[in-house]
Amino acid sequence: MAAHRCGLSVVCILIFSSLAHPSSCDTLEKANDNTATKRRISEVNTDGSVAGEDMNERQWQSTDVEVNRSDGTKNGETFAPAKDQFQEELVIRPLHSGDIYASFQFRTLWDTDFLQEGQKKVSHYRLFPKSLGQVLSKFSVQELHISFTQGFWRTMQWGQPFIPSPPGAELWVWFHDTVSDVDGNWKELTNVLSGIFCASLNFIDMTNTVQPSASFKPLGLGNATDHRFLRYATLPREIVCTENLTPWKKLLPCGSKAGLAVLMKSEKLFHSSFHSQAVHIRPICQDEQCTSKAWELRQTLNVVFDHYTSGQGKKEWSLFKMFSRTLTEACPLASSSKVYVDITDNPEGELFELSPATPLLSQAVVLGDRRTYSVYDLTRAETFGQLRSFNLLLRWKGDSGDMLRPLLHAERYVAGFGLQTGEIHTVIYNNHPYRAFPVLLMDSVPWYLQLYIHTLTVTSKSRDNKPSYIHYQPAKDRHRPHLLEMLIQLPPHSMTEVTVQFERALLKWTEYTPDPNHGFYVGSSVVSALVPSMVAMSTNFTQDQPLFSSFVPVKEESSYFVRVYTEPLLVNLPTPDFSMPYNVICLTCTVVAVGYGSFYNLLTRTFQVDEPSPPLAKRLANFIRRIRGVPLLA
Amino acid sequence: MAAPLTLLLIVAVTIRAVLFRSSLAELISERVEVVSPLNAWKRVVEGLALLDLGVSPYSGDVFHETPLMIYLFHFTVDYAEIVFMVSPYFVDCLSCLLASLDRAKIAIGSNNLKSDLLFNFPGCLRHIISFSTCGLNNAIIALFIFCTLKGSALLSGILLALATYQSIYPLTLFAPALLFFLQRLYIPVNLRRSSFWCFTLQYAFIYVGSLVVITGLSFFLLGSWDFIPSVYGFIFSVPDLTPNIGLFWYFFAEMFEHFRLFFICVFQINVFFYTIPLSIKLKEHPVFLIFMQIAIISIFKSYPTVGDVALYMAFLPAWSHLYRFLRNIFLVSCVLLACSALFPVLWHLWIYAGSANSNFYYAITLLFNFGQILLVSDYFYAYLRREHHLTHGLYLKKKDGTEATLVLK
Repeated sequence: MAAHRCGLSVVCILIFSSLAHPSSCDTLEKANDNTATKRRISEVNTDGSVAGEDMNERQWQSTDVEVNRSDGTKNGETFAPAKDQFQEELVIRPLHSGDIYASFQFRTLWDTDFLQEGQKKVSHYRLFPKSLGQVLSKFSVQELHISFTQGFWRTMQWGQPFIPSPPGAELWVWFHDTVSDVDGNWKELTNVLSGIFCASLNFIDMTNTVQPSASFKPLGLGNATDHRFLRYATLPREIVCTENLTPWKKLLPCGSKAGLAVLMKSEKLFHSSFHSQAVHIRPICQDEQCTSKAWELRQTLNVVFDHYTSGQGKKEWSLFKMFSRTLTEACPLASSSKVYVDITDNPEGELFELSPATPLLSQAVVLGDRRTYSVYDLTRAETFGQLRSFNLLLRWKGDSGDMLRPLLHAERYVAGFGLQTGEIHTVIYNNHPYRAFPVLLMDSVPWYLQLYIHTLTVTSKSRDNKPSYIHYQPAKDRHRPHLLEMLIQLPPHSMTEVTVQFERALLKWTEYTPDPNHGFYVGSSVVSALVPSMVAMSTNFTQDQPLFSSFVPVKEESSYFVRVYTEPLLVNLPTPDFSMPYNVICLTCTVVAVGYGSFYNLLTRTFQVDEPSPPLAKRLANFIRRIRGVPLLA
Repeated sequence: MAAPLTLLLIVAVTIRAVLFRSSLAELISERVEVVSPLNAWKRVVEGLALLDLGVSPYSGDVFHETPLMIYLFHFTVDYAEIVFMVSPYFVDCLSCLLASLDRAKIAIGSNNLKSDLLFNFPGCLRHIISFSTCGLNNAIIALFIFCTLKGSALLSGILLALATYQSIYPLTLFAPALLFFLQRLYIPVNLRRSSFWCFTLQYAFIYVGSLVVITGLSFFLLGSWDFIPSVYGFIFSVPDLTPNIGLFWYFFAEMFEHFRLFFICVFQINVFFYTIPLSIKLKEHPVFLIFMQIAIISIFKSYPTVGDVALYMAFLPAWSHLYRFLRNIFLVSCVLLACSALFPVLWHLWIYAGSANSNFYYAITLLFNFGQILLVSDYFYAYLRREHHLTHGLYLKKKDGTEATLVLK
């Protein structure tokens, strides 16, 4: 499967590089490079001993690097005026279900602004990956967000993630407003990205792309509001695996050789109940006054390990147990490299115990809540101790308390029976005890489920709750999906149910997926909201705040932005009999021919009295008589 | 004959009103045999909802009614029930009128409403309580036939244009209407005669003129030509493969992609093609030609419903004098009745129970269409045979005096 997909994407890249532009030939090399690396990595992974040796060697090498590191960075700072910067961080949050949430974030700042300089070619790359930089400049991308997720984030058990993502692949891109052919750029971009990430993004076409009018605003600079330059698509069926992780890791300045990325061993990362990797690129301000701009590449990887259920109910965890690796050093190119552990529930150390202990504590307001973290700074040598290895360990002493219920969460399901009609139910919960707030609900439904917008009902507390804004774009068969966006006011402490009926279409036999009776996926609906915050959010811009709390810009103190994705739906469609094409063509044509034949018969012939022809012997005799010239028999 | 007719109408109105109010109406208005994507009432409501949202109803692929229809319902949506209740009477009155045309059969004319209801009971019953705009289309065609028979060329031309505008296919009724008027005005069908061309051009002008006016009017109502691909493109290219009682849906669901265009052309030409030979053969009998055309349209059109079948079946009592020449009416009746019963059963087995597959339903549509073709060709045969007997006498004898048998040669 993996080889096939990669092969496909290489072919894609080949075609596009030959078609699109002569300058994209290095993308081709990159793609080939990707496959080569992947092969090498898989070889290493299959042979455990090789991996072990590799690790030892790297330890030695890496210590050498570390000795030189301080000089290196100093030199970089003094000589290079470009302020490229790389930060990495790992946040570990013990969840109340007993699972462990590990969130990696890597941020690369690229001090260039090629969009302002009028499409000038940028040829100097330092920390920023060249493959992505070229994509940005070639397709005039203003902002790019892509995520690959395996598993579903259980908001009610786990709380809100730092950066949410829907199951499958999600891609949304803001193009620069100078682009004239947005659809053409989008199509090429998806194909190129599918090559870069070894994913089936090339299956994104006009039938699953929408232009949301309100739900997806640019997260970086630029207040673009014209949604003609926005494209959003999800592939809910996309399966995320090693072949997507490898190219993702290669985008990091240190690769997976040093720093936190050492922990990313795919056999551990994918042995988890939730895995999500994402790339976010956007232009941001370098400082508070916004005198200089920079491109920010944020790579995030979120994993939830289910050690609690799979490990006989033990809540102990360590870095080695989770990742089968320990940390030995920070990435030499990183300006900061930190590990955070959420200890908010454990202020006096009565619930669990961390070892090694750290004196560093940090407080951050994240997702409307003030959290306390133990911080391990990997750039300091003392973090690694005597063994030159950092293995974080957590031991539980007591039972955990109650979790704060997330203020907003949503779920979705299909109601009804049979293959003719159905009803999509989306249920949105506002768990705030006294505050009402509005949410934006966005649904993108494939064309083969025909929505009936007049059956749309929104009810809160068993009363009709009329949305104050509805943006609806009906589907065109085989051309574009339905897009439904609504602004709904959620009453405090309530459950709001949105239902809409649909009809299932019968498709052409070639339009079904190879396993048609498995069903068709409908992407998650997206609930975006400004949720009232429990504590004041910090609106001031600081460079040194932790990465996980600085992704979504905070505009006001009293609320914070949350995006919740519901479950994708799996809907069955009626199927024709796939073995029948010849029979159906023959049978239907027969019936038409019967009609034609009987009309033809009646149209061309006339009624005549039936004169039975004389028997054969008589005809023979008459024949002979005619030859002989004798009168014929009567 | 007026008194029993009024009585029958009152009875029929009562039955329909009761059925409309019953829960049966809701059940039936969603059945695929009764509604097609072209005329489902649910889709009309959806179009109105889109209009209220400020979205063009033709920007999506749910609504396929003509613009005049949506504006009609935009203002009368509250009275839609009455519209649907009233429109089928045009069809009934039509069949009654048709029978009375034949002066010799005035006696049975009053029984026609009854026989109409009885003859195609399952189809007609479903049709009259289905919330579908098919009833309105049928009413327009019925009015067209009425005006034609009454000899009003102007009204007939306008109504034919309206029917064509609604669903393209009634275009083929132009030929029989023209033939009827020519016959009525004693103008022989002769291409060299100027009087023939004079009237033909006159009638064609009325027809084309009102078609242009209606289309232009809908353009001004809507402000765009979006409805042309959405209504007529939808009828011709058959993109929606929702099962119905016709031949198109499964054929094009199972069609090989590179043959699709070819077969769409063949199937669509097939509907219009019969007009020419039938007009030549039946140029003396335009009313029967109308019946044949309507029957062929309802069998071979892209989205047929039971309503279309009911329209031509309403004519059947008018041809009651052909019963004695029908060859296999028993077989056909059995087939059609069995199919009407099996449609819902096999649909349920496929869609809800999951114990059958699409082939079951497809088989029954094949059989149903086969039955319809047999029925129509049987009537055609009987009509031709009766004409033969009218000229040659009922009891034919051979030269030697024995009883002769008639054959087609």
